[in-house]
Amino acid sequence: MQALTSRAKQVDRKPMSLAEKLYLPAIFKGMAITMSHVFKKKATINYPEQKRPFSPVFRGLHILNRDEEGRERCTACGLCAVACPAEAITMEGAERQPGEEHLYREEKYAAKYEINMLRCIFCGLCEEACPKDAIYLSETFAPSNFNRASFIYGKEELRIPHPKEDPEGYKKALGNRAKNKGRN
Amino acid sequence: MLLAIDWLLIIEKFVLIVVVVLVALGIAMYSTWAERKVAAVMQDRRGPNRAGPFGLFQPLADGLKLFFKEEIIPNTSNKFLFVLGPMLAMMTAMLTSAVIPWGGKFEIAGRTIDLQIADVNIGILFVFGVVSLGVYGIMIGGWASNNKFSLMAALRAASQMISYELAMGIAIIALMFITGSLRLSVIVEQQMNHTWNIIYQPLGFLIFFICALAECNRTPFDLAEAENELNFGYHQEYSSMKLGFYLFAEYINMFISGVIMSTLFFGGYDIPFINEAAYGNAWWITLLGVGALFTKAIIFVLIFMWIRWTIPRFRYDQLMNLGWKALLPIALVNMLITAAVVLWFNK
Repeated sequence: MQALTSRAKQVDRKPMSLAEKLYLPAIFKGMAITMSHVFKKKATINYPEQKRPFSPVFRGLHILNRDEEGRERCTACGLCAVACPAEAITMEGAERQPGEEHLYREEKYAAKYEINMLRCIFCGLCEEACPKDAIYLSETFAPSNFNRASFIYGKEELRIPHPKEDPEGYKKALGNRAKNKGRN
Repeated sequence: MLLAIDWLLIIEKFVLIVVVVLVALGIAMYSTWAERKVAAVMQDRRGPNRAGPFGLFQPLADGLKLFFKEEIIPNTSNKFLFVLGPMLAMMTAMLTSAVIPWGGKFEIAGRTIDLQIADVNIGILFVFGVVSLGVYGIMIGGWASNNKFSLMAALRAASQMISYELAMGIAIIALMFITGSLRLSVIVEQQMNHTWNIIYQPLGFLIFFICALAECNRTPFDLAEAENELNFGYHQEYSSMKLGFYLFAEYINMFISGVIMSTLFFGGYDIPFINEAAYGNAWWITLLGVGALFTKAIIFVLIFMWIRWTIPRFRYDQLMNLGWKALLPIALVNMLITAAVVLWFNK
């Protein structure tokens, strides 16, 4: 019979040899294989104590960035919200009042900035859309939670630690991703 | 009348029973831990390592969890039998330990204490009788659950036990030709003075080992609990400590069959390459002997686990073919050859 495809494989239907019928050699072979695995390197790690390194392009939870003096960079232009394919970002802008120059970098800032982590698909388009270098995807993943409401992250959760008051926290939160990206 | 009873003997045996039962339970507990560790290392994982150092408190946590689980007795089940099942399984698992010689003799204040609860002259027959009672625990549990899967499992267990006990018994008969006694202490003493029975009966040991796997319901003969076809089989409806009893009984059975295999074929409490008689009845050599028996038994338990995590389950017809068409004839041939050889040398 002509084979239907070139990938057809002939099945070996020879009667079993005595060694195969005895079944014991095959068992010993299998046991040797399982025993060899005892001495192999473990595929798993002790998770909370050890963590696997993230890839440099890993996209985790968002951070709202500050500049070197600790002023928020976001101007509530809304480009990230427009770019967001999952429509996870909402924000409200406000005008900077005199005396608030140490808080906000430009005249307009985000009074409210919320990301719904249940909607977010961590695509990183907000990061690419942002003209002010204000939003980055960091190297942490979203922790579990008991209710839906607490997955809507506000400014308090998103804002990066102050670079002067908490330089270590700032550096940790910034991660390699924001650092590697050339500052404009 | 009261004076005629040897009270010291009763106390001595009672203490021995308590110790043996506790040790068997402890070993069964840590077998569950070992099983998970063995499975883990063979699958390149780490296994339980959270509760205590190396996860050593894991069995305690598991036991505690089982105690706190809700105890469910299905409405349509036969309640008396439903409770009786796990009790029987546990009881028969513990009973076999009564005739096993756990070690040599102790001398305390001029009194010789035998490390064997009952030195009966039908030792092996007793073991076989009790082991075949063990299937009632599974059968009654599976039947009383009033559940099709459990019933199927009970049927499978019953036919499997009957099929494999035959080959096992005949393998033992061949061994009896050599030892000439059913008394387990005599069998061990012979092996201490001469060589281990494994030298004379390698084929008999292989048959016995395979049948022991089947009797313990261990993979590749775990058709009675077949997780993926029968939903855990006979103990599907059980919860809480009744389930725990079944699982425990399985591990105790494993340990006991390891002990019996070491006793029958590997010299029991004989320490290899050492002549214990040269040291007399020193207490430490007796203890070392007990340690030797436990080491051998635990090695068998580990081999059981190693096999479990290597071989997939047999299909039901393969199981029956192996039992009736392979093991039984081989056991018969082994028996006949042994008989002929024993006659020839007129041992």
